[in-house]
Amino acid sequence: MVVDVPLADEAVDELFRALADPTRRDILRRCSAGEPSVSRLAQEYPMSFAAVQKHVAVLERAGLVTKERRGREQLVRTDAGAVGRARQALDELEATWRGRVDRMSDLLAQGTERAKSSTTRGAG
Amino acid sequence: VSVTSVDTDYDELTITLIADFDAPIDRVWELWSDPRKLERWWGPPSYPATVEKHDLSPGGEVVYLMTGPEGDMHYGVWRVTAVGSPTSLEFTDAFADQDGTPIADMPVSEVSVRLTERDGGTRMEMRSKFESREDLEKWLSTGTLEGQQQAVSQMDALLAG
Repeated sequence: MVVDVPLADEAVDELFRALADPTRRDILRRCSAGEPSVSRLAQEYPMSFAAVQKHVAVLERAGLVTKERRGREQLVRTDAGAVGRARQALDELEATWRGRVDRMSDLLAQGTERAKSSTTRGAG
Repeated sequence: VSVTSVDTDYDELTITLIADFDAPIDRVWELWSDPRKLERWWGPPSYPATVEKHDLSPGGEVVYLMTGPEGDMHYGVWRVTAVGSPTSLEFTDAFADQDGTPIADMPVSEVSVRLTERDGGTRMEMRSKFESREDLEKWLSTGTLEGQQQAVSQMDALLAG
């Protein structure tokens, strides 16, 4: 008997469920910037170790992170290859510079406003 | 809004960004050459920058400090390699200790900036390059303050859509 299960859709559901929670998104962010242990992650949130462990388990089921035991610690890392990480770094560098350009633009606009207001005659 | 284009080259580990500002070249140059102005845009709002040393001449250094929400301090240093006021600037940007000495084994990026006049405003072309993938990875694990905020908000947008 063949049961036609749309596996892809289930995987997508899992992924979105995993990402729907702000704590899990934050855990993911921390794991993409390093390889924190579960206990170190637990220190970052006002919740129990067990609760953090559950969040990590949800991310793991969605294929977003993997856990690796090292000594007495369980390290959590995003499940992406080196190329993916380089890509992510460049994307973040891009975001950094976009932010800088936005602030430069704001500063230049502020200067213009001041210059304008000092020479404004009447309305308009 | 000012960013006209961004070209990310994943093989060359380079980002080329073009931005158009509605201001004359001299004013855009001041954002780089005046330390009080530079510190108002270099760091993201949650990690404001303080420029402690600012010598924009070939061989000169710019030492800056970024302070995080928990009082965490991150020093960085530019080593200026070329300056053509008010239209060009090249430097390396490195993580530093509080004396402005680059920290060994931390990622270094090469930045070059060109300003040209365009339609009464200024076009800025900025190129940032990493030496190696290893540098990029290290940078990712240390200095991605702003990018992460953005990445998270993009995720939020994805979920909302």
